Amino acid sequence: MQIAPEAAEQHTLAVLVDNEPGILARIAGLFTARGYNIESLTVSEITQDKAVSRITIVTSASPSVMEQIIAQLDRLVPVHKVVDLTTQGDHVERELAMVKVAGTGDHRIEALRLAEVYRARVIDATTGSFVFEVTGGRGKIDKFIELMGELGLVEVARTGIVAIARGREAV
Amino acid sequence: MAAEMGGAEILIQALVDLGVEVVFGYPGGAVLPIYDALFRHNELAGNEGRRIRHILVRHEQAATHAAEGYARSTGKPGVVLVTSGPGATNAVTGITDALMDSIPMVVITGQVPTGLIGTDAFQEADTVGITRHCSKHNYLVKDPANLAEVVREAFHIATTGRPGPVVVDIPKNVQVATAPYSEPGPIRHKTYRPQTEPDPALIEQVVDMLAAAERPVFYTGGGIINAGPAASAALREMVALTGAPVTSTLMGLGALPASSPHWLGMLGMHGTYEANHAMNQADLVIAVGARFDDRVTGRLDAFSPTSRKVHIDIDRSSINKTVRIDLAVVADAGRALDAMVAAWKQRGHPRPDLGDWNARIAGWRAKQCLGFPEDSATEIMPQRAVRALHDATAHRQPIITTEVGQHQMWAAQHIGFEEPNKWLTSGGLGTMGYGLPAAIGAQLGNPDALVIDVAGEASIQMNIQELATAVQYRLPVKVFILNNEYMGMVRQWQELTYQSRYAESYSDSLPDFVALAEAYGWKGIRIETRDQLYDGIAAMIEHDGPVLVDCRVSKLANCLPMIPSGAAHTEMILWANEVSGEMTDEARALV
Repeated sequence: MQIAPEAAEQHTLAVLVDNEPGILARIAGLFTARGYNIESLTVSEITQDKAVSRITIVTSASPSVMEQIIAQLDRLVPVHKVVDLTTQGDHVERELAMVKVAGTGDHRIEALRLAEVYRARVIDATTGSFVFEVTGGRGKIDKFIELMGELGLVEVARTGIVAIARGREAV
Repeated sequence: MAAEMGGAEILIQALVDLGVEVVFGYPGGAVLPIYDALFRHNELAGNEGRRIRHILVRHEQAATHAAEGYARSTGKPGVVLVTSGPGATNAVTGITDALMDSIPMVVITGQVPTGLIGTDAFQEADTVGITRHCSKHNYLVKDPANLAEVVREAFHIATTGRPGPVVVDIPKNVQVATAPYSEPGPIRHKTYRPQTEPDPALIEQVVDMLAAAERPVFYTGGGIINAGPAASAALREMVALTGAPVTSTLMGLGALPASSPHWLGMLGMHGTYEANHAMNQADLVIAVGARFDDRVTGRLDAFSPTSRKVHIDIDRSSINKTVRIDLAVVADAGRALDAMVAAWKQRGHPRPDLGDWNARIAGWRAKQCLGFPEDSATEIMPQRAVRALHDATAHRQPIITTEVGQHQMWAAQHIGFEEPNKWLTSGGLGTMGYGLPAAIGAQLGNPDALVIDVAGEASIQMNIQELATAVQYRLPVKVFILNNEYMGMVRQWQELTYQSRYAESYSDSLPDFVALAEAYGWKGIRIETRDQLYDGIAAMIEHDGPVLVDCRVSKLANCLPMIPSGAAHTEMILWANEVSGEMTDEARALV
């Protein structure tokens, strides 16, 4: 007997939650308990009184599972609002990565030149290394990291995706 | 400024203000301040109505099931008080059970002092972590000033929307530290607002669909029971107006009287032939407070293939979870049914002519699917025992609890429930050991009722220690064991699927249940032959204390009809000779 995988499409969700202890475990645990994917998850307080956090989740699921994910998230007591940014209209997504590259000579010069092309900033430098800060969509960052792989890539730290809808309306 | 009180006193005061009358619990190190506050409160309250009665169970799991039985039979939330560590982990099964069956319950757990949290202290467990995904919500209270508010919020969340268990974990130093008591006021939660009122436009669509349907079926569930007796009354009125037949999940039995001509019986795996065929052939299914669970639907792609489906549920996540819905109404079941009754009348729909549909249903009924062979003159068939129990007790409208297994399904099939809140069983989680503590909780909430736990000889042993609890509080509960010396449902599946290789399903080394009952101070009765059945049951009912009946039944009887796992509603096994003992791997992989 084979276990067949389900067709899935990627969605980006914005989840506004009460900033209470354990909320992240509640959200992440819901995904594992019900067998949903998390491809990226970011969280931070977004109000001045630190009462509300915004969690951005990138997940892949079939349309019917996607409907369940949203309903299940919405059912959690501390959740204010769940918005599927992928279906509700246009939105922009960004991610920040810090990329450490070590090397000397031509590799070093080439890394700097490519960083300029990708508008990556140097935020730390030694005689043998750079740390680049690069911002953009996932594809751009993936590509930059791939290029650095040939030029002495040592370490990567990524924030995961944050996203917001285009236009003047708030979620 | 209000006078300061210790956290434990604040908790007790909050419970009193919430009208809590009964708490099921077990003391331990991390709840000693609460037990002392409860003791002192009751001493001061004397015989006044503000006393909180504490019921000392013999195992924390039983406290949770007793609270469930109390809640399900009274409509009030069940309250549990247990200590940290093992007290809390023992309660986890019952908390999960209450989540699956939507039972309002508040579980108060002691915790090690805040300074020791995370140090692997004695009897420390991460209670909020462990219960996060098996409760509707949970709290760790770190400041006594928040305690009263949290407790009120916990009751609010447990009892509103789709009900469920809420855990409040209170470190021992928070029970001792003092704070002012905040007086109760209206609860305005920041985020939690269950939708209870149905959208009137959707309700109009539902009644118009119902008026136009040729083959309608109501498919009702535990949500109607949870919505209170008025919801069952509204269902009955809706059925009287439309003449539509009704089937129900295990959890929904009693919403419509079993004596109603519109009652099809339970549906699903051990449902009736007529209920499953009506679902299969319907052109309109109206699901109310039911969740299309796998025991109900059978094979999903063959579930009610020709119907349009309306789903009324208070929990949006129940809609489109497994079965695609044509029209969804998020609302309290009772409010939605009331609105349907009003809309039906207001739109002037006549009672539809369902003559052809009823004739087809009558044809299915004629199969007499709950019939059973009775070859021996002396041996008791378990179905016969359940029917005899029903016949002898129906006039008392007993509260029936069950354990889990064949006896549970036989009880569901052969006991006719005329009213809601009379049937307490572990449906979603299927927890063996539920029935005896649930009966204890139900008897406490309904002191004058006849409460009977229909049990199996295997399940009853999972919480048998609660025999002592019933004696301590002089609760006249009855336990009626269908003793076939097998974990019967396991054996039945082994016959269906594994060519009768009975791996570990024989109940070996059984105790002498009558002697055991007497050791605990119960009356014990053994019924061994059919001629003893009615007298034995009569003796059980007549005795005004707790009685355990060890009813020896046919050892190899199977619970039929049955839809084998992975099969469609139309592929029911009606008779034992249809059991093949072989299954495909796909079917074997299903639960």
